[in-house]
Amino acid sequence: MDRFSWTSGLLELGETLVVQQRGVRLCDGEEKVKFDTGVLLLSTHRLIWRDQKNHECCIAVPLSQIVFIEEQAAGIGKSAKIVVHLHPAASNKEPGPFQSSKYSYIKLSFKEHGEIEFYRRLSEEITQRRWENMPTGQTIQVNKDPQAGRIRAVGIVGIERKLEEKRKETDKNISEAFEDLSKLMEKAKEMVELSKSIANKIKEKQGDITEDETIRFKSYLLSMGIANPVTRETHGSGTHYHMQLAKQLAGMLQTPLEERGGIMSLTEVYCLVNRARGLELLSPEDLVNACKMLESLKLPLRLRIFDSGVMVIELQSHNEEEMVASALETVSEKGSLTADEFAKLVGMSVLLAKERLLLAEKMGHLCRDDSVEGLRFYPNLFLTQS
Amino acid sequence: MHRRGVGAGAIAKKKLAEAKYKERGTVLAEDQLAQMSKQLDMFKTNLEEFASKHKQEIRKNPAFRVQFQDMCATIGVDPLASGKGFWSEMLGVGDFYYELGVQIVEVCLALKHRNGGLIMLEELHQQVLKGRGKFAQDVSQDDLLRAIKKLKVLGSGFGIIPVGGTYLIQSVPAELNMDHTVVLQLAEKKGYVTVSEIRSSLKWETERAKQVLEHLLKEGMAWLDTQAEGEAQYWLPALFTELYAQEITPEEAKEAIP
Repeated sequence: MDRFSWTSGLLELGETLVVQQRGVRLCDGEEKVKFDTGVLLLSTHRLIWRDQKNHECCIAVPLSQIVFIEEQAAGIGKSAKIVVHLHPAASNKEPGPFQSSKYSYIKLSFKEHGEIEFYRRLSEEITQRRWENMPTGQTIQVNKDPQAGRIRAVGIVGIERKLEEKRKETDKNISEAFEDLSKLMEKAKEMVELSKSIANKIKEKQGDITEDETIRFKSYLLSMGIANPVTRETHGSGTHYHMQLAKQLAGMLQTPLEERGGIMSLTEVYCLVNRARGLELLSPEDLVNACKMLESLKLPLRLRIFDSGVMVIELQSHNEEEMVASALETVSEKGSLTADEFAKLVGMSVLLAKERLLLAEKMGHLCRDDSVEGLRFYPNLFLTQS
Repeated sequence: MHRRGVGAGAIAKKKLAEAKYKERGTVLAEDQLAQMSKQLDMFKTNLEEFASKHKQEIRKNPAFRVQFQDMCATIGVDPLASGKGFWSEMLGVGDFYYELGVQIVEVCLALKHRNGGLIMLEELHQQVLKGRGKFAQDVSQDDLLRAIKKLKVLGSGFGIIPVGGTYLIQSVPAELNMDHTVVLQLAEKKGYVTVSEIRSSLKWETERAKQVLEHLLKEGMAWLDTQAEGEAQYWLPALFTELYAQEITPEEAKEAIP
């Protein structure tokens, strides 16, 4: 295979195409090489092979290099082949895919047939040696490309150039996106400045701004994602959106809460609600802000925050303090329980089980035993048996 | 004597002046709000245009997402604050991160019995990707961190602890102070730590080291190996790599705790 040279695939002046065949694999002697699917072209001067997938990959060998050729019949699972024996490569040969080869012959494997015709024509050309009569001059364009106007860059240089163009194109797209993003951010910044100035005016006028206007302002902030500069509280809390959301949640969570003993952690609620929505999901902040309004809207649920910072939604009818009484019973029955064990017994999440036991402890009903084995709760005998 | 500034007339005049001032003040605020409303509409249009050209870029390019988030933070805007915000509605960034949040919660819950609520960002990433399936859009570790930061608001103890160039994600409301964090960082190198190592690396008293380790044991974040050669080793399941970890049931996990 070291007799081949890279070529543009363009025929030279005086060179004529004789026959071409698709689906040809090249082999270096007995060994397969990467040129496995290509179009094989026979011209008056050369044998040219062009990769079917990558048209830029194109190699050729002069017919003058051929010593003789022989046929290899097809077999079961084997394509028909032409074995081409070659002279050693000339010292002034143009660069090619291989520097050296241990074989002095190559094989042309015709995966899509066409071997018989090709062999006939190749034999003819080798016999006639027409290349000796027609010295090649400048290259002429043999444009088989249906897309005229496409940049006809070929060869390794061509491949590199194409890659460079593609890189530039990608870069241009990205930099355009960044440019647009920067411009957008400039405008967003203006909005932030304006909201600050309005907030200042509101502060100065302390209560001279109507309730309605306050709500409007908050909803503007919500749309932009700007923190409320006046109260510094969570973004746009107390807007109409959150009120609506609170009412929706009250409807949606009634049944799940009842199924879970009247209490759920806010994280559970977040997952439940968003899984149900599928689209137009709630942000964690949306959820918290809506839940904060539950009580004031006199809805049948409320938000409760434990000492540990854990946030839960409870049914109004749910009374955690009453639950503590039954928790005490359960613990007493078993002698002692960890949060894990209690959770499993009662069928609630470990997180909430722990909170209930901690609350019971806070109320003085349970005592803790804190060791490496975990946190275990016992009925508070100090209280009951003193 | 003619006293000025007093009398029914003066009071009435003052009241009138105040009323006029108030009116003017309200008008000013109204003006500005109207201006903001107009500018908001304009901005919405700009954002729509941006979205039509680059929404895909945000969706597909994690680096662009990072850039976008950073720029928002710089100017004081939180695009993930609300699902009702323009950013969320038009660029679709909201749904992307909020859904990711749900997936993170579910993964952490599923693995809690094994690692006590501590998980390496890498492992979380792998598990989340697995859960999303191969046709879902790719997410980066940066995406996970942003989603987790939002989850903190829900009060269930989500935390991000820097260790050895990456992060440990905490998903339970366990008290982890500086001492605990530092020991976790020390343990990150080998997946376990001993009292002697803590003493020599951090120059702590034995008592302090023991307290920290016992706390981690209690929380189920560390497992005790008393059969190790030399002294007892405290292993952190969160730091186990795929090589060491096997599927452990909650029952087996309980057995492992002394």
